[in-house]
Amino acid sequence: MTVKHQVTEELLTAYAAGNLPEAFNLVVATHVSLCTEARVRLEAMEAVGGALLDDLDEMPMSHGSLEATLRLISDRPKEPIKAVPVQPEASCRVLPKPLMEYVGGDISKVKWRPIGMGAKQAILKSSGDADVRLLYIPAGSELPDHGHHGQELTLVLQGAFIDGDDRFARGDLEVADEDLEHTPVADIGEDCICLAATNAPLKFKGIAPRLAQPFLRI
Amino acid sequence: MERSASLPEQQPRGTAAPEVLAAGHGSDAGERDMAPSSQIRDTTWVEHVERIHTHRDQRAFAQLFAYFAPRVKAFLMKSGADEALAEECAQDVMATLWHKAHLFDPARASVATWIFTIARNKKIDALRKQRRPEPEDLPWGPEPEPDQADVMAMQQDSARLEEAIKTLPDKQRELIERAYFGDLSHSEIAAETGLPLGTIKSRIRLALERLRHDMSERPDR
Repeated sequence: MTVKHQVTEELLTAYAAGNLPEAFNLVVATHVSLCTEARVRLEAMEAVGGALLDDLDEMPMSHGSLEATLRLISDRPKEPIKAVPVQPEASCRVLPKPLMEYVGGDISKVKWRPIGMGAKQAILKSSGDADVRLLYIPAGSELPDHGHHGQELTLVLQGAFIDGDDRFARGDLEVADEDLEHTPVADIGEDCICLAATNAPLKFKGIAPRLAQPFLRI
Repeated sequence: MERSASLPEQQPRGTAAPEVLAAGHGSDAGERDMAPSSQIRDTTWVEHVERIHTHRDQRAFAQLFAYFAPRVKAFLMKSGADEALAEECAQDVMATLWHKAHLFDPARASVATWIFTIARNKKIDALRKQRRPEPEDLPWGPEPEPDQADVMAMQQDSARLEEAIKTLPDKQRELIERAYFGDLSHSEIAAETGLPLGTIKSRIRLALERLRHDMSERPDR
């Protein structure tokens, strides 16, 4: 599957280099799971990393390091060939594998909490200076009008949302920066489920959401 | 030493590496404008990883180690590790290469690229103490017998990319290095790097398509 709105080159490079906070890594990994073209681009960025590694000036290993590594190899028990737990086919799941590992299963395992107007969220545990959550927005509903202090990634997993002239469906990733004020609306037809990561708290424009912010951790 | 005893399935003698490897250990000044040598080298590394997988070949491993471990160590130190940690992690990365040799797919990546991804994951794990969510892999894994022409073509493209990296103008080179090693999440990488990424991309795309095709012919897997 190749999607319309793909991850930016900058984010993909940072992901390939291992320089993103965990929350953003999760969004990019989930996006790549849903988009073959993004996977091709990622593997190309990794090839650049490999070429750079190949051309680095060597930092000599300490004396006896090969022997130490061979001992490490023989001491480490061979990776048992794990029986892969039976999983539904990727095409039958809402959540791609990287996300399932955070949720502990597919969409039915998500521990939703209501945030008003029929919307729900589930904050996922991640370390680093960015947050990541699943959002459930009833079909046709608005997300609160907000601007950002930092960067916000929103990946659609089910349904779609409309933001200005753009429609984002399953696999599509919206990257919103500080200067963007937007009001995404869940498309009619199906409730929308998104994975959203922010590296700074969102600032809402209305008073009520602002009061609620500390409680909801939005 | 007791290590040959502790690794029982040691490779019999007589698997000396091709001469071309010698070039990888010394000064590489002479290689810089000879694309073919890096291509032969890349293909040789592929054979080494295969020998580790099929024969648990310690000689092949020692050669990979001599070339890549000091580079992985340099990568980790550039990423902020002190020397002791970088040494420990580099050993761990090379041990992982041994254990995961069966997962390497030479139709999709060069050995350097594969090692880079292992080292990068180690960096996130050891330096940043974070989990690394990985994309859901294509469920069917590497082909048991990848087409040799595909493997050659992939290694050829990788070698070209390596040559292109080596000959980049300093300024672009610095930007790319900062993006990969400088721990900058918001780098201002130039959109146009002049690297032959197009060929690499079409190669990877081809490999993925072939895998998918393969999969559809074996629906039982």
